[in-house]
Amino acid sequence: MNWSEFFNMGGYAFFVWTSYALTLIVVVANIVSPILQRKKTIARIKRAIKREAIINKSSS
Amino acid sequence: MWNWIQRFSSPKHFYGMSAMIIPWFAISALLIGVYGLYLGLFVAPTDYQQGESYRIIFVHVPAAWMSLFIYMVMATSAAIGLIWQIRLADMVAAASAPIGASFAFLALVTGSLWGKPMWGAYWVWDARLTSELILLFLYFGYMALQSAIDDQRSADKASGLLAIVGVVNIPIIHYSVEWWNTLHQGATVAKLDKPSMHIDMLIPLLLMAVAFKLFYGAVVLVRTRNEALYRDRNRRWVRELIEKL
Repeated sequence: MNWSEFFNMGGYAFFVWTSYALTLIVVVANIVSPILQRKKTIARIKRAIKREAIINKSSS
Repeated sequence: MWNWIQRFSSPKHFYGMSAMIIPWFAISALLIGVYGLYLGLFVAPTDYQQGESYRIIFVHVPAAWMSLFIYMVMATSAAIGLIWQIRLADMVAAASAPIGASFAFLALVTGSLWGKPMWGAYWVWDARLTSELILLFLYFGYMALQSAIDDQRSADKASGLLAIVGVVNIPIIHYSVEWWNTLHQGATVAKLDKPSMHIDMLIPLLLMAVAFKLFYGAVVLVRTRNEALYRDRNRRWVRELIEKL
């Protein structure tokens, strides 16, 4: 079997490779999205800590 | 026993434990997935009826199985959260929904890309396809309820109930190919007598299914950690942890 034959997938190249590409996209999205979510959550809590520190200072 | 469950299901304890497990899930998912893909694309023989187009099965079927499996995990966790008030269970349910939705979506689009060359249409209102589409909408409904309700306890109750009621759809999806005359082919693996599939095709399919499950394991743990941080944002353990970062 040569490579051009392999990529041709017996004439079904579009359907097979689009399926595998979409799978790759879903897998990558499932890896990237929780990493971004984590960064966002930590940044949000850090901001809240700062805000509370300012409020505590001004009230005392 | 109860004290033990409470201690081990505390978000703080989970946060520490999960960090050690995630790399193992991720690495084994990668290794098994790569081997499964190699067997599926290079070793498995050509199908005598469908030619090479059948190779979509190695991503389509594991994605569809995952969409059902994750739904059951989500509904079970939601039920545990509702009945025993275990907060970690609600976090697991909330963390599972977007992953399950992505796999339901993947099952639908890869199925549609397989349907076009085999059935002549990207979409038909067939029982299997329609019930899987409803599953995707159930995931969306759960996520919408979670984000629409500000109070976390109410959000967990409302979305959890939706998840539990939606379980009725799971056997409908599984048996749809038997109960109705559908275009979708019947079960070839999950049936009582031996699977009607060549062993060289079955092995990569099962390997891919295992890889997808391990992948879900890694992703759901990371997402549950995020949920724990966010929901416990005013508690001391999170504050101490964030200050160290």
